[in-house]
Amino acid sequence: MMEILEGSHAVAEAVKRCRPQVIAAYPITPQTHIVEALASMVADCDLDADYICVESEFSALSACLGASAAGSRVYSATTSQGLALMFEVCFNVAGMRQPVVMTIANRAMGAPLNIWNDQQDSISLRDSGWMQFYAEDNQEANDLHYIAYKVAENHDVLLPAMVCFDGFILTHTYEPVDIPTQEEIDAFLPPYQPVNVLDAKNPMSLGMYATPDYYMEFRYEIEEAMKRARKVFAEVGAEFGEIFGRDYSGMVEGYRLEDADIALVAMGSICGTTKDAIDEMREDGKKVGLLKIRSFRPFPSEEVKAALAGVSKVAILDKNISLGQKGAVALEVKDALYGTGTEVLDYIIALGGRDVRKRDIRAVVDLAEKGIGDQFYGLRTEVL
Amino acid sequence: MALRVGCAAPPGRAHDNKTGSWRVFKPIFKYEQCVKCGLCEVVCPEGCVYEREDGYYVADYDYCKGCGLCAEECPVDDIEMVQEEK
Repeated sequence: MMEILEGSHAVAEAVKRCRPQVIAAYPITPQTHIVEALASMVADCDLDADYICVESEFSALSACLGASAAGSRVYSATTSQGLALMFEVCFNVAGMRQPVVMTIANRAMGAPLNIWNDQQDSISLRDSGWMQFYAEDNQEANDLHYIAYKVAENHDVLLPAMVCFDGFILTHTYEPVDIPTQEEIDAFLPPYQPVNVLDAKNPMSLGMYATPDYYMEFRYEIEEAMKRARKVFAEVGAEFGEIFGRDYSGMVEGYRLEDADIALVAMGSICGTTKDAIDEMREDGKKVGLLKIRSFRPFPSEEVKAALAGVSKVAILDKNISLGQKGAVALEVKDALYGTGTEVLDYIIALGGRDVRKRDIRAVVDLAEKGIGDQFYGLRTEVL
Repeated sequence: MALRVGCAAPPGRAHDNKTGSWRVFKPIFKYEQCVKCGLCEVVCPEGCVYEREDGYYVADYDYCKGCGLCAEECPVDDIEMVQEEK
């Protein structure tokens, strides 16, 4: 049913339909409305879940880890400093192969304190063993939760997943969202079937220590699961498309790339603005297209290489920076395109909530045409 | 030990980790001056020194990490720490 919903509430409605049995979360801007809405659903008996009130994000994800190990489908949500506080637990969840799904309302990392949007928080967890999916709009944020659970819980995968969507730009924006019915989601997403369950009658330890004789093999197995997740994501995304009419089989999505000479590459809500800017530039005769990265982990290198095969220049819009190097998306794309000779230019943009308008996207393309890149875009040099 | 998803293991499987591989110095029980006092068993922090049927003591080298406490505390200086070649 089509509803006009705030992004956070669209996500809460999606989570409700996934029937999590345990929710543990700690409120933090701009994630708060999601967990507030879920807490209300539990209090009103609209959602049959245990909602564990915790004193920190570290406890939130720890509670989720334990509940997941006991065989429950679990959910959490956080952002920025909250995600940073979960850092240790994130690696444990992945290492113990628990298919926890967590929403990240993307926000800048302090210091300086900043509650606005960029993608530094989740990008900083890219090596944790969690899958990371980025939503362009509230519809996609809603849909990716059903897909995330189904991919994460697949026995060929068994990895946790972050569904990332931009703080404020999406979390606090009202958009029309087509919400599937509970019956439709029940048919799409059957109950979680755990492999190892904590059970007092059949004692089992998870995440036991591994000496140098075993540790590398466990890391290898996680990497192999990530590889298999590419195929599972494509299958689950295609199945979702057949049922609901919105196809998510691609870990990337091209927009007007077919005859493009310059390709922009981006993740998240900035893709919407970029598409509008591309339409305007196309009217002016510029052959520009967009490659949207939907899955950052696992990173779809082959799909990126294939999608960008025809372009001569690639301009990356990175809402993050790996300080001391470049933006994280640029590094991944450069790796995917290594040996092709395609020029890749990186633009660090929109950090800490700096607004991006269509004219900014056009200005980036102008810079790329001149071969000027690998720099911050939109710096206020007058305050430096 | 075959790996299980998430490093899941039933109780007791920590025995599979032969921590003796961490050892640099290996305690050699010489049985030249030994009075069978059993102090080596008492002070062993790993709990891996045990009494043989003949009343003498020896370390389980699968788990002995070579800390040398037994050699240090032995009242008759009958345990020698020898650097191990691997």
